[in-house]
Amino acid sequence: MPVAAAFGVAAFVLLPVLALIAIAAQGSGDLWPHLIDNVLPTALWQTGVLLVGVGISVTLVAVPCAWLVATCAFPGRRWLEVGLLLPLALPGYIVAYSYLDVLHPLGPVQSALRWMLGISSPRGFQLPDVRSAWGCIFVLSCVLYPYVYLSARASFLVQSASALDAARALGAGRWRTVWRVALPMARPAIVAGLTLALLEVLGDIGASEFLGMRTLTVSVYTTWVNRSNLPGAAQIALVMMMFVLVLVAAERAARSRARYGGGGSARPPALVPLTGMAGVAACLFCLVPVLLGFGVPLLHLLFAAIKRIEFSGISPNLLVEARNSALLAGGGTVLALALGFLVTLAQRLVPSGLTAGLARLSTLGYAIPGTVLAIGLLTPLAGFDNLVDQAARQTFGISTGLLISGSGAALIIAYAIRFLAISVGALEAGYGKISPNLDMAARSLGRSRRGAVRHVHLPLMRTALATAALMVFVDGMKELPATLLLRPLGVETLATHVYGEAARGTYEDGALAALLIVLVGLVPVLMLARLSYTSLAGAAQGSRSG
Amino acid sequence: MFRKLPSRTRVCHAVLAAAAGLLLSGAASAQGVLNVYTTREPGLAAPVFEAFTKATGITVNSVFVKDGLAERVKAEGSASPADILMTVDAGNLLDVVDAGVTQPVNSPVLTAAIPANLRDPNGNWFALSLRARLLYAAKDLKLSSMTYENLADPKWKGEICIRSGQHPYNVGLTAAYIVHHGEAKTEEWLKGVKANLARKATGGDREGARDILGGICDLAIGNSYYVGLMRSGKGGPEQQKWADAIDVVLPVFEGGGTHVNVSGAAVAKNAPNKDNAVRFLEFAVSPEMQAIYAKANFEYPVIAGAQVDPVIAALGPLKVDPISLVEMAKARKKASELIDRVGFDN
Repeated sequence: MPVAAAFGVAAFVLLPVLALIAIAAQGSGDLWPHLIDNVLPTALWQTGVLLVGVGISVTLVAVPCAWLVATCAFPGRRWLEVGLLLPLALPGYIVAYSYLDVLHPLGPVQSALRWMLGISSPRGFQLPDVRSAWGCIFVLSCVLYPYVYLSARASFLVQSASALDAARALGAGRWRTVWRVALPMARPAIVAGLTLALLEVLGDIGASEFLGMRTLTVSVYTTWVNRSNLPGAAQIALVMMMFVLVLVAAERAARSRARYGGGGSARPPALVPLTGMAGVAACLFCLVPVLLGFGVPLLHLLFAAIKRIEFSGISPNLLVEARNSALLAGGGTVLALALGFLVTLAQRLVPSGLTAGLARLSTLGYAIPGTVLAIGLLTPLAGFDNLVDQAARQTFGISTGLLISGSGAALIIAYAIRFLAISVGALEAGYGKISPNLDMAARSLGRSRRGAVRHVHLPLMRTALATAALMVFVDGMKELPATLLLRPLGVETLATHVYGEAARGTYEDGALAALLIVLVGLVPVLMLARLSYTSLAGAAQGSRSG
Repeated sequence: MFRKLPSRTRVCHAVLAAAAGLLLSGAASAQGVLNVYTTREPGLAAPVFEAFTKATGITVNSVFVKDGLAERVKAEGSASPADILMTVDAGNLLDVVDAGVTQPVNSPVLTAAIPANLRDPNGNWFALSLRARLLYAAKDLKLSSMTYENLADPKWKGEICIRSGQHPYNVGLTAAYIVHHGEAKTEEWLKGVKANLARKATGGDREGARDILGGICDLAIGNSYYVGLMRSGKGGPEQQKWADAIDVVLPVFEGGGTHVNVSGAAVAKNAPNKDNAVRFLEFAVSPEMQAIYAKANFEYPVIAGAQVDPVIAALGPLKVDPISLVEMAKARKKASELIDRVGFDN
């Protein structure tokens, strides 16, 4: 039964992929030679530059920050512990708009620099343009480092003091202990967070396109939209998906052979106090990413929103749009959680290569750019709707219209498929913390399998479920490309509002909606921070008393 | 632990119930309705929709489908609620027709009002407004005339700002260049323009004006209506400053005129409210609506004699490039390939 359910989920996720394959099989005419000569080399190179650049910068920022807040005591640590997560609430495309304004020759930074240098005209002095590879790496790193921070911090928090003490006792210095013991033990967590961040880079369209990068995803998009060659776009997308599969498989393989003991059962290390200059330095180091990833864009949005309100008032549609965003993201979250639970449950109850494989398959949606996923979904969903419609017309003489593709249901399905990887990942991690012995205990105490799931798994999984729900919800609020294509007649969300304004080249007009996305997204992010803080503290406390 | 679970279930139920409400709000197929799928930014056609509802009592529902209009309508098939498909760019109109999601309309009102080169001979699409691709120039250049060909002149090295070469507006311009001069010369021209770029080819047209004020470049390519949006103050005081920094030149092709493109509409193949759709199109080409529609976005009307906004009128007389829109649209594929080949957007 659980295996059948997991099969069902995987098939559901594969639906758009199969549709894409069917579209790709229509043939793209003479497009491939052109793509290979003129498009793919650049797209691969620029995608590679972004991946390497973002990968290095988020690791260099997030890992030290995570280590500092998890193991050291310094001024502002408790604020920064939460603050470092805040950029999660900001979509990359909005941060890109913000930084173009802030760093433009007409913006505050360059104006101030000119004033200090005594130069009157922007022609006399210019910083490099943010519409470039470095600008894109900077913007994406600003919003994506929390993925690495989140998992690295969790890992540092549960590292047992005994391993670190053993290293110190064996004569390793403080730095050597970090380098040879703490970091290697955290490696799987860091790699897991990094993989999520890099998948986001691969799928990003808003920020990359806006800042003038020609990535694979942007190429998929231009091939479809500007060359009117949907089969060609589907073909590039499939190639891209294969790259992603290899990446994810490599990450899994690298992790599967290693076994990491410890965890919550061991004594956590005491915080190392950093005083004086060291404390200030630690505080500043952790403060910079919060300011760049959250403070600066939020301040800019606030100013821009105030200016817009003064100029054109508040659109009465904003509240409705906010409601639509929240409802659609909420629906997607519920579905992603339910499907994710089925998949991880099958893996738990019937551990085998098959169920593990099904779990991997069901996370494929994360690797499909939103635009492409939407196209892939449109065909089967609308086909189903038309079947129902025709059947209803023939038998009852009434038209049902487009039940799924013409309603919010299509979007909810799209969000669920797109973000299932997040829910599966979080739930797998949650199951990882529940010893199989508990299942046996429950069964020998007379619980049925269902009873064990209900009375043992679900309560113990509460934190994991809530974490998954919050992360999927935030991503659903921010999601843009699939929302643009699949939303029903007359329904606007905050994200499509911002984009609608930005499409006219007036992203300032969307500042208020952008601010709302951030504020609505902030609530789950703060809850997430609280949750990971209390649950880990709880684990630590439990182990202290135990 | 257990005590808290029911409350979460209740939250889930509330979310599901609310979501169901949202789903139902999407469906509408009553009488007196017109469903419009548009790739145009919401707000542009709103004044015409409102006037139409006022005049006829027909409710207009619209959805802004940025990309994938044809794919969506095609996939929706016979159950599609779409009546009118609106889009910009002659090429996009042809794509919608090629996708087989339109139907021919035979309306003497439409054929009488719209010049023959601005509509499909079979009545599958109709242009509703015109826009020109213009040159924004830094004031101190004192530039009053210019050819598109001249943009490739090395004297402008590092001085030109433009949006993505693959954007339909630039693909259209390049396609027109092919119609005028052939592929080889177009490739040379693209290479020359690329060499003159001041920054990556990205962003929107208005950023060209902003970047001229910011000292990044001296020249920028942008559409006519953006000048109206900036100069009229509709875009806010900052954009007015950008517009004040530029002179607007109406460039021409050597031996031709200024490159124009259209916005237009088609009646969907499975339109459930076809009569309303035709009625809407006829309404939209009446002189009053043409003036309203053109003024709403500072465009040029398609019917002779309809008014343009004073800001646009002040740009001077528009000499429309005489090449055929359909010829231009056919050259788009080649244009897009050439833009890739010279690495225009890299």
